[in-house]
Amino acid sequence: MNKIWLIIQREYLSRVRKKTFILSTFLTPLLFAGIIFAVIMITIKNQGEEKIAVHDTAGIYKSKLKSDKQIKFEFTNDVDTSNVLAKGYVGVLYPPHTAINNTDNFVIYTKKSLSLSAKSSVDRLVANAIENRLFDSLYNLQLSSIDSVRSLARSVDVQNKIIGEGGRSQSASSGAAYAVGYASAFLIYITLFIYGTMVLRGVSEEKTNRIAEVMVSSVKPFQLMIGKIVGIGAVGITQFLMWIILMTVFSTILTSTIPPDLLQQMQDGANVPGGTAQFSESTVTIARASTALSAVNLPLVIGCFLFYFLFGYLFYASLFAAVGSSVNEDPQDAQSLMFPITMPIVVGIIIMINAITNPTSSLAVWASIIPFFSPIVMMARIPFGVPGTVAWWELGLSMLLLIAGFLFTTWLSAKIYRTGILLYGKKVTWKEMAKWTFRKN
Amino acid sequence: MNILEVSHLKKYYATQKAVDDISFTLTKGSIFGLLGPNGAGKTTLIRMITGIFFPDEGTITFNGRKFDPLNDSVNIGYMPEERGLYKKMKIGEQAVYLAQLKGLTRQQAMESAKEWFVKFNMQSWWNKKVEDLSKGMSQKLQFVITVMHRPQLIILDEPFSGLDPVNASLIKDEIYNLAKGGASIIFSTHRMGEVEEICDHIILVNKGAKILDDTVHNVKQQFKENLFSIKLENPPAQIDSPVFQVLNQKNGEHIVKINEGYKPNDVLQYFLQQQAGIVGFNEILPSLNDIFIRLVEGTPQARQFEKVTA
Repeated sequence: MNKIWLIIQREYLSRVRKKTFILSTFLTPLLFAGIIFAVIMITIKNQGEEKIAVHDTAGIYKSKLKSDKQIKFEFTNDVDTSNVLAKGYVGVLYPPHTAINNTDNFVIYTKKSLSLSAKSSVDRLVANAIENRLFDSLYNLQLSSIDSVRSLARSVDVQNKIIGEGGRSQSASSGAAYAVGYASAFLIYITLFIYGTMVLRGVSEEKTNRIAEVMVSSVKPFQLMIGKIVGIGAVGITQFLMWIILMTVFSTILTSTIPPDLLQQMQDGANVPGGTAQFSESTVTIARASTALSAVNLPLVIGCFLFYFLFGYLFYASLFAAVGSSVNEDPQDAQSLMFPITMPIVVGIIIMINAITNPTSSLAVWASIIPFFSPIVMMARIPFGVPGTVAWWELGLSMLLLIAGFLFTTWLSAKIYRTGILLYGKKVTWKEMAKWTFRKN
Repeated sequence: MNILEVSHLKKYYATQKAVDDISFTLTKGSIFGLLGPNGAGKTTLIRMITGIFFPDEGTITFNGRKFDPLNDSVNIGYMPEERGLYKKMKIGEQAVYLAQLKGLTRQQAMESAKEWFVKFNMQSWWNKKVEDLSKGMSQKLQFVITVMHRPQLIILDEPFSGLDPVNASLIKDEIYNLAKGGASIIFSTHRMGEVEEICDHIILVNKGAKILDDTVHNVKQQFKENLFSIKLENPPAQIDSPVFQVLNQKNGEHIVKINEGYKPNDVLQYFLQQQAGIVGFNEILPSLNDIFIRLVEGTPQARQFEKVTA
């Protein structure tokens, strides 16, 4: 036990002290923070309006076409395609001036193509204008009353409540569950690969450096393998924890740099979901996301994430170790031997993409129980709710099988590892590895 | 007192009888040569003694008790033929780490490492990495790491390969010191010169089986061919005697082979009668190299794979 501890320490410290570890630990959250910062900055920037000239000779739209925060329409007839930029406009809109319900023939001329959000804003505003015009001319309704009716109607947000025990209902949010599930499943997928290959490289390095023989004359091969796997797993957990801490720190710093009025908007938006009229779209989205996120059982998700990361890693890491012990200097051998291990991980992610849109399908249920796929697929399902979408027995069985699977792969890999680590100059096939597992001693 | 007793050890691979019924004993404080051509099964035999492999059959007794790889590995130091160290790890740390794995506490390991680094004049290496060392330097380091935890049994597989004469003699002296201090040393090699110089006792294995097991002196006696070298001041023009045959002669030095039933005295007597003026007379014992070649002769140079039925 003491020897395993020594090995874990070495594996852990030698990696944590590496420059690449320190760099990736600090740079990844910085990168994330940078992206978030950039998105916020661009959102703030985009709130600057873009002026569009409307060439409305008939004057039909003058009172109907409303500007919003992003797009400002100005009605002027001395702007055309030749001088649009010189006059300070992004583009010039030519509405049709024939039939009242004509929705074709709206053309906007710009030098650069409109951004996606600007285009959708223009579409929406023009649609409103046509609506207004039709209401006005067909039913003679007051424009102001139409607007208030419309904004009231659009503020609706259908809430999905899950029928719980004892009549208590819980809010559910498939959108947030989808996002959380997708993110955590992908994170598991990526970390399985990163840390799995780290184990593989560590083992094959020991083999090609010929240190293996020195080591196994003082410790059992099994101790060496377990020490390496646990040490690298601890590196992974350290990195996760560092990321969580750093991201919290960065986001606190970042929120203090966001202009206070925008922050106020976001907080108000969170308190009054659906209060669309006075908020820009983005703040409403953020507000909705944060209320939706609170519907997901985060402590359970984080707990399960750590469990599935840890045991998923242990399950696959020992297989990676077995492959690492079987390859020689030739990296191509590693590629072909790695294929059968990476296959189930990739299949897992494919099943996950299907399962997340339909988390109760039988494919999703069974894949989340089979240890090869369960770390990825189960993590995609859990945010949809336990015991709503995932029954307790499913979660329990999945965890039990994963633990059993990890014990099995470790036992299996230990047998391959013991022989492979001291075998040089010979290309190992899967058939041979199978033979090693069935040999006694 | 025997530190190691190996009896009827067998290890068969799918295509070879790597070790086929080998027995020997090793007394405390002796230097023991394990000889054999390439592929004779030396490494497999050593790996069983170090607990890396389990024998298929046979027993190993260490210090009077049944060999227990887990606990006895503390008392064994093994330097494999293929040297190996962590390339990116600092040398001092590495030495301490490997000694700790052998059961030393951190403090003991530190003290021992410092002592050996001073002895071998390697203090400046402490914070360097193995990848910065030359081949000979890492060889020295490997030796230090092998003996750092004061093992009772030290197994050295080709310890001098890649070393210059100065460093080789440094390590040789250290081997003698260790043996004097009570450690037993198994010395696996196929360089006979080293064996003759260092070892008390040798065994020779070929094709997985032991073919010779004796002290260096006895082996030489056993394989002597009654050859003598005699140096004469004025050799007779015609040498003809029933006592011996002249095999070779050069500058008055004659290599003679004494025939069955005669003694060296008879040779001397003959030359005394001839007034040849004897300047020197001594026995020529075969070198281990010759014995080795003679015993192993006929073995194909590369060991062939065979079907094993066992």
